[in-house]
Order: sequence, then C-alpha cells, then structure tokens
Amino acid sequence: MKKFDVVVIGGGPAGMAAALGAREKGATVAILERDTRLGGILNQCIHNGFGLHYFGEELTGPEYAKRFRDKVLADSGITVYLEAMVLSFNEQKVVRALSPTEGLLEIQAGAICLAMGCRERSAGAIGLLGTRPAGIYTAGMAQRLSNIDGYLVGKEVVILGSGDIGLIMARRMTSEGAKVKLVAEIMPFSSGLKRNIVQCLNDYNIPLRYSTTVTRVTGKQRLTGVYVAPVDEKMQPILEKEEYIPCDTLLLSVGLIPENDLLSGTGVQMAAVTSGAMVDEYRATSVPGVFSAGNVLHVHDLVDNVSEEAFVAGRAAADFAKGVLPCGDTVAVIPSDGVRYALPQRVHPGEGKVKLYFRVDKVYKGRTVVVTSGGKEIKRKKPLVMAPGEMQNIEIEKSLITGEIKIYTEE
Amino acid sequence: MEKFDVVVIGGGVVGTAVLRSLSAYNAKILLLEKSSDVASGASRANSGIVHAGYDAEPGTKKAYFNVKGAAMFPALTKALGVPYRMVGSLVAAKEGGLPALQELKARGDANGVKTEIISREEILRLEPNIGPEITYALYAPEAGVVSPYKLTIAQADQAVVNGATIRLEEKVVALQKSKDGFILRTEKGEYTASYVINAAGAGASEVNALIGEYAPMETHGVGDYFILDSKEAGVVNTVVFPLPDEKGKGILVGPTADGNVILGPTSRKVPHERAEENEVTREGLDLVREGVKRLIPAVNLRSVIRVYAGTRTAVGSDFIIEQSARFPHYFMLLGICSPGLTSAPAIGEYVAAAAAEALGLTKKKEFLPLPARFHLNKSSDEEIKQKVAEDPAYGRIVCRCEKVTEGEILDAIRSPLPAHTVDAIKRRVRAGMGRCQGGFCRPRVMEILSRELNVPLSSVRMGDKGSEIAPYEVKEGYEKV
Ligand SMILES: Cc1cc2nc3c(=O)[nH]c(=O)nc-3n(C[C@H](O)[C@H](O)[C@H](O)COP(=O)(O)OP(=O)(O)OC[C@H]3O[C@@H](n4cnc5c(N)ncnc54)[C@H](O)[C@@H]3O)c2cc1C
Ligand SMILES: Cc1cc2nc3c(=O)[nH]c(=O)nc-3n(C[C@H](O)[C@H](O)[C@H](O)COP(=O)(O)OP(=O)(O)OC[C@H]3O[C@@H](n4cnc5c(N)ncnc54)[C@H](O)[C@@H]3O)c2cc1C
Repeated sequence: MKKFDVVVIGGGPAGMAAALGAREKGATVAILERDTRLGGILNQCIHNGFGLHYFGEELTGPEYAKRFRDKVLADSGITVYLEAMVLSFNEQKVVRALSPTEGLLEIQAGAICLAMGCRERSAGAIGLLGTRPAGIYTAGMAQRLSNIDGYLVGKEVVILGSGDIGLIMARRMTSEGAKVKLVAEIMPFSSGLKRNIVQCLNDYNIPLRYSTTVTRVTGKQRLTGVYVAPVDEKMQPILEKEEYIPCDTLLLSVGLIPENDLLSGTGVQMAAVTSGAMVDEYRATSVPGVFSAGNVLHVHDLVDNVSEEAFVAGRAAADFAKGVLPCGDTVAVIPSDGVRYALPQRVHPGEGKVKLYFRVDKVYKGRTVVVTSGGKEIKRKKPLVMAPGEMQNIEIEKSLITGEIKIYTEE
Repeated sequence: MEKFDVVVIGGGVVGTAVLRSLSAYNAKILLLEKSSDVASGASRANSGIVHAGYDAEPGTKKAYFNVKGAAMFPALTKALGVPYRMVGSLVAAKEGGLPALQELKARGDANGVKTEIISREEILRLEPNIGPEITYALYAPEAGVVSPYKLTIAQADQAVVNGATIRLEEKVVALQKSKDGFILRTEKGEYTASYVINAAGAGASEVNALIGEYAPMETHGVGDYFILDSKEAGVVNTVVFPLPDEKGKGILVGPTADGNVILGPTSRKVPHERAEENEVTREGLDLVREGVKRLIPAVNLRSVIRVYAGTRTAVGSDFIIEQSARFPHYFMLLGICSPGLTSAPAIGEYVAAAAAEALGLTKKKEFLPLPARFHLNKSSDEEIKQKVAEDPAYGRIVCRCEKVTEGEILDAIRSPLPAHTVDAIKRRVRAGMGRCQGGFCRPRVMEILSRELNVPLSSVRMGDKGSEIAPYEVKEGYEKV
C-alpha cells in the first residue's frame, strides 16, 4: 500500500494550500482530486475578484488557481492523483479512492486533510412548487455550462436567492445578451458580498427584491414563467400579492452545503450551523489526525480566507503525522447575541495568536464585537458594518485564554 | 409502410410488460411511444408499491391481476436486475379503527392475500417510530417496493433483446381498420398491424376515439410526493398507510426500492387537459406533511431532496382489460390506475396470450435474458478492480452522490433501448437522483451525451422535444478545456 504523511482529499484552493502547508513542514503529500485538473470551483469562476487579500491584486479564479497549481506541480514532494474520487476512509486512516488509471486505490495516510468544497442547494431541497420543465438550474451549474462548456442556458432570467454565484451569473448572462428580470431574495438582506451587488446588479440596473420568493413555476418542456410573492415575517409567501413573470430560465442561488458525505460513520463531530466538522485552531476535527479546511469546513466568501485556513490545516496535519502537533485541553468558543457561528469551535490556551472567524445573523451597523474568556473581556472591535454575507474575523491572544470563550455583539 | 404482426401503443409499465411477454412469441412486434423514453407517464411518477392485494374488491380485475402480478415480482425483478424489496406493509389505525381493519382483512382473505391484524406492541417492533395514536395495524408481509421506471425500462430492454422494435417520439395520431388489420399513423410514419394493443394510459381513451371504440370519460387525480435523502432511510422499514378512504389508499410513508424515503401521495382532481402537467402544489405538499405527521412523526422534512407529482387515470372503479367486441384483434387497456404497477406483469402475460391466440402465434424456442449490468454501488472490490482494468470508464465517477461511473452511463446510452436524454440516463443509472440533484453531474452527463450522440451540447435535452438544457452558444469569455 502507498504511504504518505498527509493525504489531502480535494484539489481546489483549500486542497492545494493544505498540500503546500504540509510541505513547508517537510511532509510527503498526496492530493486526490476527482476532477481532471486541480483548481476546484475556481476553474469556472472566470470573473475578477480573487486574491485581493492574499496576493494584493485582482485575479480571475483560474489565475488564482494557477499560481497555486504551478507551485504544487513543481513540488516533487507532492503526488497528485487526478480523476481520483475518494470513496471512504477508515479509522486506520486508509483512504480508498477510485480512478480510471489506478482502479481502486488504497493509501495509508499519516494524517488526512479534508478539502472537498461544497455543493449547491437544489430545487428539490427547497421544495420548488409547480411543474418540472427544463430551464431550472443551480447558479453554479449554469456557470459551469457557460464558462467551461461555452453554452448559455437561456435568455430571460429570474434568479432566486442573492448568493454570490447568482449575482455573478446575473452579470455574466446579461453580458451574453440575456435579460435578467429580477433577483428575488427571501431574506431582508443578501447573503452575497456587497461588492457583488454593486458590480453585478446595480451597474446593470438589475432589480433585487428582498423578502420575496418564487412561489411556483410553469411550463411543460421548458420553463415559461415563475410566480413571485413577498413573504411575511414568518417567511410565508403572501399569495394575494403573487405576480407572474414570464421567463425561460430560473437560476437558484439559495445556499451552499459543505460536501461532507465522506464523514458519515467516521465519528467526526459535526457543527449544525456550518454543516462542517467541529475543529480547533489547527483545524483538527474530533477524530485525531483528520483535519478540515475550506468550503467543506464552512462556506467561505473569499478564496483568500480559504487559502489561509488551509495552510494552517496542512501544516498541522504534517505536524500530526510527525507526532509533534501540540495537544492538550481546549476551551469552547461560544457564539451568541448576533454571532451566528464562530470557528474554530475549540481553542488551546497557550502562546501566540488565533483568529476567530465568524458570521453575524443580520446586517449590523456600528455594533461592537466582544470576546471574553473565563468571564473576562479579552478583545473588542467595532467594524462599520457587518453583514451575514461577509465573513468577519477577530484575532485574540492565546495567553489571555483562561476559560470558556464567548463571542457576541453589543450596542 | 412497415408491417407488424402486433403494435402496442404506449410505453408505460403496462405496454412494456405486454411487449416483453409478446417478445417470447414468434412475431414481428412494435411499440410506439409518444415521449422521448418509455416510463414517461404514470409509470414514472407513482408510489412504487407492490401492493399485497387486500385492498381491491374481491372478484374484480383489480383483485385478480394485483394478486397474480405481486406474486411475479420476486422472480421477475431478479431476472431483470430491477431494485425490489419485499418490505411488507402496514395499514395503521387509531383507536376505533379496528372494524375497518377487519373489513380489509376479510377482503384480503377473499383475495387470498396473507394479512394479519397486529397490536401496537407488534407494530413497534416493525416500526419503532410509529405515531403515538396508532393502536392497530393490518400487516401484509408480502407487500414490496420496486423502482417503477427501472422495471418499465428493463421490460422494454428485454423485449428489444428478444427482437421487439420500440419507436420513441411517435405519437399515434390516426388509427383505422383496414381489410386485414389496422393502419396506424404517427407524426413520423405509417404502420400496418394485424393486432393492436392500446396501452396508452392517460391517452387510452383518446386512442380508442381514433378508431371509434368506446371512449369513456376518464378522471384524473394528481398525487404530490416528497422524496427524502437516503440518510433518512432508517426512519421507516415497511410501507405505512393510513386507513383508506373514499379518495384512495391515503398518504403513505415508506422506503423506496433505491433506499430513499417516499411521502405521499395526495389525490387532487384535475381536468383531462391538465393530466400531463404533474404540477406540485402548496396545498398538496401541506396535506402530505399533515398526513405524515400522524403516521411517522419522526420524519425529517428538512431532508427533502425532491418533490414531484404523478397523475392517475381512472375509468369507473375497475380496470378495463378486454378485446374489443367491435374490432376483433383490437385490445384495450383503460383506467389502469393503482394497483396498475403491481398488476402490470400479470396483465402483460394475459394480453400477450390473448394476442397470440388470436393470431395463432407460437412461442420461440429461447427467450433471451437481459445481460447483467455493472453497478459500482453494488459491486465487490474484486469486481470493481476487474471492471476498471477492462475499461477505465468504470473508474471515472460522474455522479458523486449516487456514485455512478462514466462506464455505467455509456451502458445506458448503448442499452437495447438507448437512453438519449439526461432524464433517460437518470432513470437508468440514477445519475442526478441523489442529494445534489444533478447540480454537479448534469453538465458532465450532457457532455457525454453530446460526445456519444455526436450532437452539439446545445441540443442535449432533459426529456421531450423543447427541453434543451443549454440551447445557446456563449459569445465570449470561456476557455474550452
Ligand atoms: C461560484 C463561486 C464564485 C465565487 N466567487 C468568488 C470571488 O469572486 N472571489 C473570491 O475571493 N471567492 C469567491 N468564491 C469563493 C471561493 O472561490 C471558494 O470558497 C473556494 O473555491 C473554495 O475552495 P475549496 O478548495 O474549499 O473548494 P472547491 O474549490 O470546491 O474545491 C473542492 C475540490 O474537492 C474535490 N473533491 C470533492 N470531493 C472529492 C472526493 N470525494 N474525492 C476527490 N476530490 C474531491 C472537488 O472536485 C474540488 O476540486 C466563489 C465561490 C464559488 C462557489
Ligand atoms: C400517484 C400515483 C401513485 C401510484 N401508486 C401505485 C403503487 O404504489 N402501486 C401500484 O401498483 N400502482 C400505482 N399507481 C398506478 C400505476 O402507476 C399505473 O397503474 C401504471 O403506471 C399505469 O401504467 P400504464 O402503462 O398503463 O400507463 P402510463 O405509464 O401512463 O403509460 C402510458 C404511455 O402511453 C403513452 N401514450 C399516450 N398516448 C399515446 C399515443 N397516442 N401514442 C403513443 N403513446 C402514447 C404515454 O406517453 C405513456 O408513456 C400509481 C399511480 C399514480 C399516478
């Protein structure tokens, strides 16, 4: 059986950064990627806007991916298996994959780093009512069809949900001559980045209606239209105000779900809010030697954060494989009062700093974020605005940790 | 004009069952189906239950074919490689429901169906999650679940293997008696037949009208369903029904043959012109939620991966399965509503025998089996290794949720009855039927179809004509890889 110190599952930005992180620590690394090339979802994100934080310049998705891919491929300590889909891994950290060239592949890992990314919520998952015609797509599927295959899904478009992919596709389809008639968002705020609302909708006069949903769709073979209606405080549509919009395309941008199917039965503890694993600051899960980073851990809006997080996980996985990862007791990080979740969920007290990533539950202007440990305040910060669509972070000194960490907002 | 001995109109589970049985005889046979694939009508969207047979009125055709059909399922599905499990069913009743259960049991006894009335304690052993109000149940251990579209497709495939012809996207629009048989016309061609079998489901009355046979008013009832993620599979073990009422067998909770959980159906009347819309409604889904709560309250509705609707077509209260008195050699199958799926194999044998007798057909020496297919999900490590070594396409996973390989998709495209749409592939190999509902694999399936059928991606369809998925070319800004 082949052996590697660190086996990375998934070769998107998270997987590539994790592999490079592990290499910094001298580990031998394998990346198992299901697709025909490295890069993950970035390969279909041909728009600008990647790498502002990490590289200090604006790159397209494929450009950002290429910078990492070139490094990975140049490193002889990293073995890349392409078209290799991981089927399972067990307690002994034997990873099983299937590939056309290798057949059933079994690899013994010293540590495993999960980097499988996420998938989109489907029409079925939101119980979309009406008929079942062609013309209904998740935004990412439409993005792949246009940006990788070169085909446009339709000409008259309604988008449900204001997630980033939906916003970006609104602009993309408009530039291809389609008419985007409406973006309907069920929440009173967008889950997308502010800059995407400005650059993808406002600049093209595409209307965005909050607290609005699609109530049903019509059409037999191809979509002929959708009904939209405002929703009340309980998110129930106000059907008397239903309005019909003729269109041939409905794009869904209604949420991303970490792709954690591999974890069922492994004993890795999951967090309900993120649908990802519970981790400490090394991105170590509850199962020793299993690490997680990127969209499979929690859905990110900026790839820069993905890369940063994955470097941490990759280095830690290498340390674990060599038996030098610090261990010991952790304290829990508990979000409340406006903080929907915080990650890592557990932190080791000690030396150095740790960044707590978190998301808020609605748009806050001029509200303060407070972190306490053992009942004592250890950090506070007052960002101008915090929106659910934009991941926040706050850095704390580990030496100040004396007990349970609480993170919340206050006036 | 092509000449056939027998033409079957309609490629549902009934029409293909007839075709399969007929293909055992020495005869030139044809099936005409108006959609882009078989299993496009009621046989695609139903509950997938192999009813034990206690429900049908004793002495009816429904009772006869149900009981006979159900008994054929274990061997038939095994031979065809179709998912089927004899999971048993429960009709769950609250306090006061005992007399109704006893009535059902009496019917079961009259129909020769094994049933038993069991107490709450015994129910709990079968269904630990049963609702608190349920006190008794009628247990039918021989009820089962089957994949209705896979059965339909496999029947079609085996018929083709045995020499039958199937023409898709050919709606019968004219049918007339000729001197020595019939002339059928579709949008694409003309055929003559010595014997015609009308198995057109919701379109059967219309087909009868074409030739001037009795064309009764049909009633159509739409049923809405939820399908849950396979991770919920443990919540229910048998098919659990409420007590039936005048509208039908009620809203059930059960496992599907492929390992998901199914909830539904409702029964909403729709006019004939809307019988093929299969629209899912809010009221319908609300009724399902309500119904399910009483039977298995633990059902997790947040794990829904799909909602859909199917339409039943009924004519009066029993099946109409008879040779026309006015036109000898014309056989009609009308009002094949539930338990039509269960009855189909028995109906197929019966109708084929009638046609064979009328035409004096003889049985072939050999009835060829359907070759077994590789399914990654159901294979041992050794089988997988060998298969991938033979053809690397079996090592390339396309649908990650259901673990379907490119090799399996190619098999579907190269089937006896070839799949040429995304939905046809989905029904054969489950690519796109899992929790992400094709979000990831649909473009890949389209790429494979485009390559194999040698057509541009823009003409790859979901199903019937007009359902192209990505019909326009992008002008700029993509890199072909
Ligand atoms: C459509 C879209 C638009 C975005 N736009 C921007 C933007 O403008 N700017 C920005 O900064 N960020 C953007 N982001 C965010 C950022 O790009 C993503 O968060 C980032 O790509 C996530 O990286 P990842 O490696 O975690 O996941 P992915 O990129 O999804 O990579 C996961 C990889 O794992 C592989 N994989 C999964 N399961 C298995 C398995 N079992 N075996 C083997 N391999 C497997 C997959 O094939 C994939 O290659 C966008 C994200 C999306 C989805
Ligand atoms: C909601 C629901 C739940 C059900 N649950 C069950 C169950 O659990 N168990 C059970 O045993 N039964 C069940 N049934 C009943 C069962 O599904 C049907 O009895 C069965 O599928 C009928 O098959 P069929 O071949 O007669 O009709 P269909 O499957 O409708 O096939 C008829 C075919 O004829 C084609 N056609 C129509 N007109 C023409 C034409 N002019 N030319 C060419 N082709 C034509 C149609 O396109 C169609 O493909 C259920 C039905 C419904 C709707």
